[in-house]
Amino acid sequence: MDVFHHALKIDKELCIGCTHCMKVCPTEALRLRDGKAVLLANRCVDCGECFRACPVSAIRIEEDDFGEIFNYKHRIALIPSVLVNQFPEGLPPEQIYSTLLEVGFTDVFEVEHAVDLLKEETIKYQQNHKENKPVISTFCPAIVRLIQVKFPSLTSHMMLLKPPFDIAALYYRKQMEDKGYSKEDFGIFYITPCAAKIAAVKSPVGEKDQLINGVINMNSLYNKLLHKIKNNKSTTCRVPVANNLSSDGILWSLTKGESRVIPGRSLAIDGISNVMEFLEKLENEEVSDIDFLELRACDESCAGGVLNVNNRFLTVEQMEKRAQQIQQNNQKSVSDDPMMSYAAFIRKKMKLVEPIKPRSIEKLDENMMKAMEKMEERSELMKVLPLFDCAACGAPSCLSLAEDIVHGNATLDDCIFIQSMKVIEDAENKEDARNRIEKIWGKNRINTYRHKK
Amino acid sequence: MKFEFTVEGGDFSNAGTASSKIKRILKQLNVDGKLIKKTVVALYEAEVNIVAHAYRGTITADINSQRIDILLQDEGPGIESIEQAMEVGYSTASDKVREMGFGAGMGLSNMKKNTDVLDLDSKVGRGTKVHIVNYLNNT
Repeated sequence: MDVFHHALKIDKELCIGCTHCMKVCPTEALRLRDGKAVLLANRCVDCGECFRACPVSAIRIEEDDFGEIFNYKHRIALIPSVLVNQFPEGLPPEQIYSTLLEVGFTDVFEVEHAVDLLKEETIKYQQNHKENKPVISTFCPAIVRLIQVKFPSLTSHMMLLKPPFDIAALYYRKQMEDKGYSKEDFGIFYITPCAAKIAAVKSPVGEKDQLINGVINMNSLYNKLLHKIKNNKSTTCRVPVANNLSSDGILWSLTKGESRVIPGRSLAIDGISNVMEFLEKLENEEVSDIDFLELRACDESCAGGVLNVNNRFLTVEQMEKRAQQIQQNNQKSVSDDPMMSYAAFIRKKMKLVEPIKPRSIEKLDENMMKAMEKMEERSELMKVLPLFDCAACGAPSCLSLAEDIVHGNATLDDCIFIQSMKVIEDAENKEDARNRIEKIWGKNRINTYRHKK
Repeated sequence: MKFEFTVEGGDFSNAGTASSKIKRILKQLNVDGKLIKKTVVALYEAEVNIVAHAYRGTITADINSQRIDILLQDEGPGIESIEQAMEVGYSTASDKVREMGFGAGMGLSNMKKNTDVLDLDSKVGRGTKVHIVNYLNNT
């Protein structure tokens, strides 16, 4: 069994075992054990919904220690374009860039420089894979993982091209090496807006090499940068050369960033539950004739990343404004982009080297006969379970508990309804106890339990 | 293992529900993904046919380690000529149904393409039986 790296960590000290996280998890990857939330590594897709739902901030997104950047002589910050638009309006991108240098980086590079080449390759890829449409974008790592575990039959539709941050890392690494720097001389650090991209760096799918040395969370870097900006007395800051992105580049990580430039019938869907609803239909071939699917786990895509600070709609508004200005000024032609001098190399290396393999979490057993027995047992259990989905048993729903039981990971007595029924039957005044509980839970449930047990 | 579902004629907004549930079962039984896809495509087609043409119907899925056996029975107008119905492009769907994106006349041929066994039996004025079998070791 492979071991999956997850960026989401539960702080046992802080967790109050409230089950909020369990109930929002789209892959039922959380359980309650010893009063604390526990993550099931093979089910988690790093979408970060649990992180958003936790009322006591007990779920952390693991990042590398900022100090690690100083292990390298050259310290490269790969930043997503959404970073600039986290800050109070009116703060020029140049100031954010220079502050990145002040806090310790030596180079700053926006990953969406990769978009101009990626766009071309995506269009080509889609044209070359018409017999297996739709082509599904692999931009969002949470979506890649979601399809692997929940929609395994769709893995063959996934576009085998690297996302922008990987391509940017590839480029930067290559050009540093060409300048004569050895591997030990420079460190590439990605500033991430979400947990899924951390998982993608630490345990890549369809990829062998790790191109990035470390990952820093956007929210923690935001604090560092804004603190520095607020306390900066001197106005003389080193302003790095503004390598303006193309407007396509700026918009790429937003919803419709890909779909709007891919010819044919391209659809953009954001929000993990919207994506799941759609993939369900796609699997049944209820929808067809779609050429390209852009799927993003977060509402408003990367503008809604779990590590973002600014309101997602304000971020989108500001980024669209930025893109518009660039278009109006026509400041940049694609050939100006520093990456273009490496175009041939990047094109060759842009493909994912390994196929994206299914790893279904749906199957009840490898062996079909055993799976049938388990399914049978599960449906018997479902007849006595109360269908409250209260999660007090430690599983997110009655169905999850039933599955945990058939897998030998829980018992029926974990259910508080079943426990209560036993107490009632042992109660001194049975009648009274039952009447009281019937008022809440209904006669039906009580009777079903008594007949089935 | 047997599973039974009912289908309401004319309820286009819920067409596909039974197919989705059977798909989930097949996934949980660790049936090969390609076979699930073929089966569900044929099944969905057949389920929508009940919705589009019949008053009501039942879907019975019987699954064992050798095969997936699905029987769709409906009470409805029936099919006058099964041979004609199997032809690509042939359709009796009303304009109302076509407006909703159904009734292109591809249904039965598409079902045949995705199944090992496809049997149709119909009595005009009574209803239609569609029997689908896909073998598990045949992928």
